[in-house]
Amino acid sequence: MTALAIGRVVVRERRLPGLVWLAVPAAVFMVAFFVYPLCYGVGLTFQAAGGPLSAYRSFLSDGYQRGSIWITLGLSVPTALISVVAAVPLAYRMRGPFRGKRTLTAVLMVPLTLGSVFVADGMIDFLGPNGWFNRVLRALHVVDQPVVLIHNVAGVLLSMLISVFPLAFLLVLGYFSGIDGNLERAAAVSGAGPWQRFRLVLLPLLLPGLTVTFALTFVMAFAVFPSATLVGDPAGSTRVISIVAYDAYSRADYSSASAIAIVMGLVELAVLGIVFGIRGRLYRGSTSGGKG
Amino acid sequence: MTARLRLTGLLTWLGTGGFLLGMLGAVATVLLSSVAQQWIGTWLPGGYTFHWYGDAWSAYQVGSLLAVTFEVALAVVVLSLVVAVPTAYVLARLDFPGKRLLWLLFLLPQVIPTMSYAVPLATFMYRLHLAETLPGVVLVNLVPSLPFAILVLVPFVEQVDPRVEQAARICGAGTVTVFGRVVVPLLVPGLLAAGVLVLVRTVGQFELTFLVAGPNTQTLVVALYNIATQAGNGASPQEVDAMAVVYMLTTLVLLLVALRFVDPTSIVARNRDRRG
Repeated sequence: MTALAIGRVVVRERRLPGLVWLAVPAAVFMVAFFVYPLCYGVGLTFQAAGGPLSAYRSFLSDGYQRGSIWITLGLSVPTALISVVAAVPLAYRMRGPFRGKRTLTAVLMVPLTLGSVFVADGMIDFLGPNGWFNRVLRALHVVDQPVVLIHNVAGVLLSMLISVFPLAFLLVLGYFSGIDGNLERAAAVSGAGPWQRFRLVLLPLLLPGLTVTFALTFVMAFAVFPSATLVGDPAGSTRVISIVAYDAYSRADYSSASAIAIVMGLVELAVLGIVFGIRGRLYRGSTSGGKG
Repeated sequence: MTARLRLTGLLTWLGTGGFLLGMLGAVATVLLSSVAQQWIGTWLPGGYTFHWYGDAWSAYQVGSLLAVTFEVALAVVVLSLVVAVPTAYVLARLDFPGKRLLWLLFLLPQVIPTMSYAVPLATFMYRLHLAETLPGVVLVNLVPSLPFAILVLVPFVEQVDPRVEQAARICGAGTVTVFGRVVVPLLVPGLLAAGVLVLVRTVGQFELTFLVAGPNTQTLVVALYNIATQAGNGASPQEVDAMAVVYMLTTLVLLLVALRFVDPTSIVARNRDRRG
């Protein structure tokens, strides 16, 4: 009995990589419901009525349709950039422990939890001509006529910022807390002022993390759909790619819908490629201070 | 130098203040509007009433919307965790050919815009006659949730000391026993974190559910979107806002539950430690 048990242990130890089968269910599921549908979608685009590439051609040759790519980039890149740039000083000030940090973090989590549909719905009333925002501006005599902030680019940008900024902030805060405080203290002892400490010590260590933050917030902003339809002008200035793809889908034009969806994915991956290309040139090293 | 710092400090707090005012203003507007008799062109509504909630509740079957939302979310959480635990274990512990490909398979759905794979996936679900059914909605929601649960769980598996498992094996435990009695109990914090995050994401998941759900299988957020697009023709703005408040309360309860179990910054920090 004992010998048998030991024999079993030995066999198992040797066959340990055999446990790889544990990952099979997840891999099979992802192939069946992610990879296969994507390939199926690519297949559909080649079965379009006008020939194999006509679905792509009709999207890319029509200026109105093609313009949606630039509209999407024009909304998502500024949203991600503003979020990251605004998150850095805020996270810098909040990197240490202080009272109420958890509460402030929780409040910032609220828009992430609410999601873009709720934020967009709230923004319609809040930013509208009779909303509080315009009432305050008029009461302070900043403007005479209500500022138009809904059903245009400004409204979508503002609601996207509300949805995306918390993600940027939480990520940057995480990166700041990963930097050893001793590095900053060493710089201070060497006579560096607060601005020099930030620019020469913290920022270089932070930059790789900031590119990741930019990439993740860009991914979130690039997928914009509910805010572009609800707060935006879905037929004109905020007609983003996901709206164009959804329109084709709801017309049951599945080959066009898939072609647009695939172009959308490729554009996003191209931007991410550029971002990570830049990231590869940055300093990547330890963020902990050692005894040198 | 101090002047420059004071300026950045001012900008920081102005930015934060603006953000918080915008967010709280939007939430307060929705809350007030949902209890207003009528609210046109004044600072505050003229009179208050709760009847919009009753109207919305019966007009949009909010009860059954909530039931569908929680059925879908619970099914997605349970299925994601059951499949994710063994997979996360393999990714954390074993080296094998094709491991990078497996990582790619789980990372891609987090990176590709949802609409990009939602459109072909929804078309595929219609082909399988699974669209507009509850299993169909659960299946499409698993596509982003399962890899997400795996990504959250891997660092937690890495924290479990392999010697504990070796000890169990030497004592004669098989794979199932090692998982059931050793690995899973040690993974409870990770399971809570992954489960709560998947729950919050599934309740808020819009695009996939929007494309695949039918009239009887839509979740709260999809119904809210559908009603909000009808605002002006059919649905009164107060009714839409009442729905929005119901949705907000649901997600806020989930957020409070989530914060009991998960520290949002810890996940990022943990991933970072692993890489460095």
